[in-house]
Amino acid sequence: MADLFQLLVAGLATGGIYALVAIGFVLLWQTSQTINFAQGEFVMLPAFFVLAAMKLGGLSFSLAILIGFAVSLVVLGLLFKRLVVDPMIRHGVLPLVISTIALAILMKEGVKEFYAADAQPFPALWATTNVAVGGAVISVQSLVIIAVAVVAIAALQYFLAATKTGRRMQATAQNPTLARILGIPVGRMILYTFLINAALVALASFLVSPIYLAKFTNGETLGLVAFIAAIVGGFNQVRGAILGGLLLGVIDNLVAAYLSAQYRAAVPLFLLVAVILFRPQGLLGRAEERTV
Amino acid sequence: MRIRVAALAAAVCLGAVGAQAQQKVKMPIVIELSGAGAVSGTNFRDGALLAIEEINAKGGILGRKIDAPQSDTQSNPGVSRAQVQKALDGDPYVLFGPVFSGSVKVNMMLAQQAEVPQITGAEAAEITQAGNPYIFRTSFGQQMSMPKIANYIRDGLKAKTVALLWVNNDFGKGGRDTFMKEMAARNIKVVADVSTESGQVDFAADVVKIKSANADAIFVYINEEESARFLREARKQGVKAPLIGETTLLSQKVIELAGDAANGVRGHVGLTVDAPVASVLAFRERFFKRYKYLPDHNGLKGYTGVYAVKYATEKTGRFDRKLLAKTMRGLTITPEQEPGVLMEATWDDKGDIDRISFLAEVVDGKQKVVQILPKLGK
Repeated sequence: MADLFQLLVAGLATGGIYALVAIGFVLLWQTSQTINFAQGEFVMLPAFFVLAAMKLGGLSFSLAILIGFAVSLVVLGLLFKRLVVDPMIRHGVLPLVISTIALAILMKEGVKEFYAADAQPFPALWATTNVAVGGAVISVQSLVIIAVAVVAIAALQYFLAATKTGRRMQATAQNPTLARILGIPVGRMILYTFLINAALVALASFLVSPIYLAKFTNGETLGLVAFIAAIVGGFNQVRGAILGGLLLGVIDNLVAAYLSAQYRAAVPLFLLVAVILFRPQGLLGRAEERTV
Repeated sequence: MRIRVAALAAAVCLGAVGAQAQQKVKMPIVIELSGAGAVSGTNFRDGALLAIEEINAKGGILGRKIDAPQSDTQSNPGVSRAQVQKALDGDPYVLFGPVFSGSVKVNMMLAQQAEVPQITGAEAAEITQAGNPYIFRTSFGQQMSMPKIANYIRDGLKAKTVALLWVNNDFGKGGRDTFMKEMAARNIKVVADVSTESGQVDFAADVVKIKSANADAIFVYINEEESARFLREARKQGVKAPLIGETTLLSQKVIELAGDAANGVRGHVGLTVDAPVASVLAFRERFFKRYKYLPDHNGLKGYTGVYAVKYATEKTGRFDRKLLAKTMRGLTITPEQEPGVLMEATWDDKGDIDRISFLAEVVDGKQKVVQILPKLGK
């Protein structure tokens, strides 16, 4: 029982990371029909911004985190929208998807070429202690990841539902033409979603890199699983992405422990196939509807 | 007259080009520079290049400087085979690499067919048991190292049960099979047998499985980056049983990546730059001065491998690939004969290497050698 509890906590921590990344997929799709196949690499890159700030700039870790976060907003939010999405989206979704695949390769090879091909240690934001709960030893690191993910998601939900800007973003997602007629600055609302996505992936990067280590390949699996999580949960619902992320995190850990470590990578794909066959809109998704 | 001058100039130029080509001997390095084996491959490559720079600075081997083109296997056996074929097409004298056993298994046939000696950092037991007269190791194969670690688990730790975590690739499978055999021979029960994947990043479930086995010791046999991730997760989950490794788990790169989580790890190391051997410590300083990082055991493999080829070639007195392979079988090189080998080393008739090795422990973020083990042949 203690083992199961430990696995659930570890799974929820992993799932929290997936959820943060999956939410980004949903936000971009809902507001700008952008499917970003470089989303995994977006998680990989902020860690290297931080490491570069420490190594090249000689900054402390805490200052480097702030710099890394700010650079992520600019590069993965603003520049990504202006330089990749805006010129390509007018040609349709497919060219944009292909562009993001190319961007993913560029980012991976860029980090490999200009920083390092091997894994790099990334400092933890907190001490790696643990607490005993009823015979189970729970890592404080896992609890912090869960807590940070929950707070970030709750803050996002509050922002979208309870603030004027959030509601404008919702309106933009539901009907951009009508939103424009009502005087909502649609372009700015879309930019906000890109900035929010950049903030989420940066957060995910800072949470996961102390465990996974910073490496140019880190985004490969993470991006794929988060994409699947978004589909499983419902690609047009933020709450679906949250559910999908947490579900995949927990299932991944349980499968690795009780079934087979070799086939753990296949489980999200099985789940994806099952959802597409039996509930194509996703577990919490709604057919033909857009909202954030 | 003008034609004669032009012909003379052309002849001089061609002669110069020919002499320059003749001065170089080609020793390509086909190695893991990206992918899961990047840490190992980069260390091996840098060690080999350091030796090559030193040798070239002193005039080369038998008056010929070494030309060492590098190619990246991407830690992929298929790519490694193509890269080895490409290197062999350049008519090399000897081939260095790769380090990953899975890659060596699929490309060593090519080097054998071309009759080119191949100096590898791979450790899977079966590599030297295939009757290939052109393959030579630069570190222990598993059949040499596992008996030493098994003796340590029995005699040093007095363990009756052990949990095993291994990586599901050729290196890991070879190690797992040899380890199981050695445990059975010593009546030590393996109570958990957990396989992991190469490049795996999340070890939470594996650590829970290992912990629940309640073994007297945990033996970890996975690659460097995965070792670091495992150690971090093991410390996160409060694993108390001794964590034992064979070379990789105690390597400099793992210590660097795992940080405090590496403290307390113990095990056997075939090669280490922290060995209390003056020539090894001097190598460590030279390497750090050149590359600004401390090498792991793979750096030593690359470095000593080049010097072994140098010594054997000078012993034969000519660049003859077949003769080199023949000479290296049964060859013993002492540091007095060739300082670059750093420690006395002997190659047997299969290409396996024998030399002293070490029991070590990670203390305060540094590998500390606690005992020197003699050569198996002594």
